[in-house]
Amino acid sequence: MAERLLVAGGLVIDPRRKLEAVRDVLIENGKIKDAAAGLAKKAGLKGTPTLDAKGLWVIPGLVDMHVHLREPGREGDETIATGTAAAAAGGVTTVLAMANTEPVTDSPSQLAFLRAKAARDAQVNVLFAAAVTAGQRGERLTEFARLKAAGAAALSDDGRPVMSAGLMRRALEYAKDLGLLVIDHCEDLTLSAGACVHEGAPALRKGLKGAPGAAETVQVLRDVALAELTGGRVHLAHLSAAASVEAVRRAKRRGVPVSAEACPHHFALTDGMIPDLDANWKMNPPLRGGEDRAALREGLADGTIDAIATDHAPHGCGAKAQGLDLAPFGVIGLETSLAVALTELVRGKVLSRRALVERMSSAPAALLGLKGKGTLAPGADADLVLVDPGASWTPAPPFRSKSRNTPFAGRPLKGRAVKTLVAGRVVHAL
Amino acid sequence: MTKDWGRKDLLGLEGLEADEIESLLDAAAAFKDSPPKPLLAGRTAAFLFSEPSTRTRSSFEMAARRLGAEVLSFSAAGSSLAKGETLLDTALNLQAIGVTHFILRYDRSGVLEDLAPRLKACVVNAGDGWHEHPTQALLDVMTLRERWGSLKGKRVVILGDIRHSRVARSNLFALKTLGASVVFCGPTPLVPREFAALGARIEHDVEKALRGANAVNVLRLQLERMEQGFVPSLADYAAAYQLTPERLALLKPDGLVLHPGPINRGVEISSEVADGPRSVILDQVANGVLIRMAVLALCEQERARG
Repeated sequence: MAERLLVAGGLVIDPRRKLEAVRDVLIENGKIKDAAAGLAKKAGLKGTPTLDAKGLWVIPGLVDMHVHLREPGREGDETIATGTAAAAAGGVTTVLAMANTEPVTDSPSQLAFLRAKAARDAQVNVLFAAAVTAGQRGERLTEFARLKAAGAAALSDDGRPVMSAGLMRRALEYAKDLGLLVIDHCEDLTLSAGACVHEGAPALRKGLKGAPGAAETVQVLRDVALAELTGGRVHLAHLSAAASVEAVRRAKRRGVPVSAEACPHHFALTDGMIPDLDANWKMNPPLRGGEDRAALREGLADGTIDAIATDHAPHGCGAKAQGLDLAPFGVIGLETSLAVALTELVRGKVLSRRALVERMSSAPAALLGLKGKGTLAPGADADLVLVDPGASWTPAPPFRSKSRNTPFAGRPLKGRAVKTLVAGRVVHAL
Repeated sequence: MTKDWGRKDLLGLEGLEADEIESLLDAAAAFKDSPPKPLLAGRTAAFLFSEPSTRTRSSFEMAARRLGAEVLSFSAAGSSLAKGETLLDTALNLQAIGVTHFILRYDRSGVLEDLAPRLKACVVNAGDGWHEHPTQALLDVMTLRERWGSLKGKRVVILGDIRHSRVARSNLFALKTLGASVVFCGPTPLVPREFAALGARIEHDVEKALRGANAVNVLRLQLERMEQGFVPSLADYAAAYQLTPERLALLKPDGLVLHPGPINRGVEISSEVADGPRSVILDQVANGVLIRMAVLALCEQERARG
């Protein structure tokens, strides 16, 4: 007997099919069977278990291509179980976990361990990135072919840049042959050394060492040049500086195989908003100036920036309670990304609701080559989110995440995931 | 020895006409069928090698001796080259002593083109840098021609480190000239797409490259390529590109396996394949002596003419 579920009467938004209409969605055995008007009234479907979605949006589950689950090595800050619970609460049904674990995820055996752990503990789909260089030391490449065979979904040294241009060139060439996406954290360490915030007026006032936007942009430009040389695709993580956005825009215009993501904190906040040395506002790259924030929004609007990703980076309270200068970089984001994006971008008239779903679901799914994700077309995985666009709420600890380091705590937001389904199973319900 | 070759040197195969290559192949085949004449009696061959070599050098030495030549024992390390004398001065001195045939292996590409016209003696390239290794390609082609009769319309895959391979370049020139098509296969760092301009098809997916091919010539993967960052590790290279029995099965049913040696078993080729019935690796080595006899003998004709 087929396992069925109806999601009835919601506004279905499916960017890939350019669909934005009230539909009933029929789920069968974890897949989308059909999405059509009046399905709920069909004779054969009478008595099918039904979720009432009236007044809600029904969208494909969000794909967050940039999260840190801290497992293995820092289970005190986050685990696969708690990180994916946070994802489910935020409407995120697929995450790409970064490789800067302890030890670094750079071998086939570690991937096998993590995938087995995720199969047991995860509430949403978890993909794993493997490191580009052994130990993320930037000295020699990891075994891309064997890592791919072991299930690596992408390659990234995220948390650190690949500083050597020669090595990055080889990485792009080798990854291209295997069809693997290389994700680079752009930061010239010689420009950012010792910095804890953006190099702007607020940093000067507080006497803090800042990193200029150019620390990111010089490496964005380098990666563009290498992508152009090799024909290998590079994805630029967490763009933060206006000049970086412009560099990507020009590269795309020339047909260079480059893509980019932006994080909610960067398009919502600026360095001028940081309350007195609060380390929960510290991340890398840092919050920058108003022009940078405006450029990110423009980049999201015109498609220069393909995807929205959180860079969800949990740190325990102890680590963050050392003052801005000493605290580690990173903020959590899985539980607030949709709400921040709805509040800042859709209510702020930067993106249409359909474009928002595209940036948070369809586009990252396509960048990672995920079939059956990022759409509600028949045959797709039944990963979907019911969104109440009018729900007012204020994020506050405790969170599903083990950590609580977020600048959005206490900040009123509008719009929220009220139910999240993964393969047709409800993993979050308000 | 009927055909007239008209060159005193063999520096490379690029630019040779098909009938020139065939003269060499025919001469080598003739040596196989009849006992050699002392075509180089009273002549002296000298080796100038700035890189180590076992098989090429032994093969040349055997070829020279079979033709009746004296062989001067010499190697660049420990010679005047190490004392700072130029290669040309060394060669001129040896020529004055009575050397008639220089067999050179040099670690830089393109030195021989400068040297050869300044010498009366024959200059035979035994491998220069990444540039050419003409006798290796000739013995490869001879081995294929023995099996096939003609190379026209055949497809040969050259698999491995093409970027640093003089064997690959010489093979490409010979195979194309004789009417075969060539596929270069390996990871992009070792097989840059710019090679397409030389007339090879570039393919980074080994299965696609091998499917339906008539032969595959597997190149050795040198350990230093890993240290230089061209591939992450030998194991990773093997996972993606090693010629295994499964991959071999993609060739035409009678497809052949060549390897210029020395073999890294378990890296670029599995032992099963290297030792298997489709392998012609030892035929290549045997043909090497015949090819080198042919090259030395034909170049001597032109040298003797002055």
